[in-house]
Amino acid sequence: MLTKRIIPCLDVKDNRVVKGVNFLNLRDAGDPVELGKRYSDEGADELVFLDITATIRSRKTIVELVEKVAENVFIPFTVGGGINSVDQIDELLRSGAEKVSLNTAAVQNPNLLSEAAQRFGNQCVVLAIDARRSKERKGHWQVTVKAGSEPTGLDVVEWAVKAEKLGAGEILLTSMDADGTKAGYDNELNKAVSDAVNIPVIASGGAGELEHLYDAVVKGGADAVLMASITHFENYTITQMKEYLASRGIPMNL
Amino acid sequence: MLVVIDYNVGNVKSVCNAFRNIGCESKLSCRPEDIEKADGLVLPGVAAFGYAVSALGTLAELVKKLALAGKPLLGICVGYQMLFDQSSEYGPHKGLGLISGNVVPVPDTQVIPHMGWNLVKMPPDMNLFAGLPEEKHFYFAHSFYADVADAGAKIAYTDYGFQLPASVQKGTIYGTQFHPEKSGKAGLNVLKNFAQICEQSPERK
Repeated sequence: MLTKRIIPCLDVKDNRVVKGVNFLNLRDAGDPVELGKRYSDEGADELVFLDITATIRSRKTIVELVEKVAENVFIPFTVGGGINSVDQIDELLRSGAEKVSLNTAAVQNPNLLSEAAQRFGNQCVVLAIDARRSKERKGHWQVTVKAGSEPTGLDVVEWAVKAEKLGAGEILLTSMDADGTKAGYDNELNKAVSDAVNIPVIASGGAGELEHLYDAVVKGGADAVLMASITHFENYTITQMKEYLASRGIPMNL
Repeated sequence: MLVVIDYNVGNVKSVCNAFRNIGCESKLSCRPEDIEKADGLVLPGVAAFGYAVSALGTLAELVKKLALAGKPLLGICVGYQMLFDQSSEYGPHKGLGLISGNVVPVPDTQVIPHMGWNLVKMPPDMNLFAGLPEEKHFYFAHSFYADVADAGAKIAYTDYGFQLPASVQKGTIYGTQFHPEKSGKAGLNVLKNFAQICEQSPERK
């Protein structure tokens, strides 16, 4: 039986892992390669590295980082942040990433999802959605881009369904309202998206307690849970998370 | 020396990194003379099937000839799928035809892609899994799978709502649908076993 995945997320800026609240107030959380290796040794199922600066200069740094991670970590990892062409995807996959995540570029050019899927297979195309709860329409969320700074007017569920058809193989769904708050995932959002698509959904944003992980899987229908603050600042180890979920009947790779 | 065939698809370097980690020498190459001299061949692959087949191009015939002559071959993910007759991924596209069977979509009653760690039951007579427990989790990431039709093939299965072939062996032709290079310690063990198979191969020069 396929197990549910625990995915620590490493937001990288100037070659350091950082973490903020609601995408702001960044705190230093360590060296990306060391932290990645530690999580892998502790039993993480996957890792996500996000280049949160995504400038031309940081592009080179992130390729070097991917190479270093791939030399030291033998579990899959996704890399994202500012990726906007098939050539960039090719470079990152060749450097050792298993998957890439597309966000702003996919909104601006949805065909990038199809081009990437046809060349690399949809299993390595992750669509990252930064979702903000709509004030006007209850039970709806709006897609935001450019690190959550720009609302697009797109409905999150509609965008997820469209992206699946185009070639996205997985959705990394971040609730901007919950991100960094440690108050729990937005499971209404997770449920709305996981019910609407047939590709895996990674719940992201808001993990603070072990029960939050359980809720994301059971109430939110998530296939994987992503977290940052609670692992970086050592509230819980990966093993604790996995043992807890397994004890509550969730299939885990322990 | 093991040769990891470099044919312009993703993730080739990860396979070499994994071999290096377990102390096995491997060479990333697309040169026919390296491929002919190799103790064993690895055909990796993160790509769509059609792209992978056309990227392998004229090397396909050479790999096929050497594998049929008994040089150990390990196909991984799409590299494994290419061992079969054909695939319907954005296709049809023809494969190497080394093992009978077709590559078909995972039924959409399941979440697709089949992505993550799934438990593989390993038959004791598959030497790729020597020294491993009867079952172990490995990392999968694929939307198509090989529907194996070869009576001469040994198969290890995983459960994804149906019995999905996770690894196949026919003589010295091996394949894994999962990624051993991304499956932590158990995966590294599989690669180590393959390296040993190559070392002991009578084909070795």
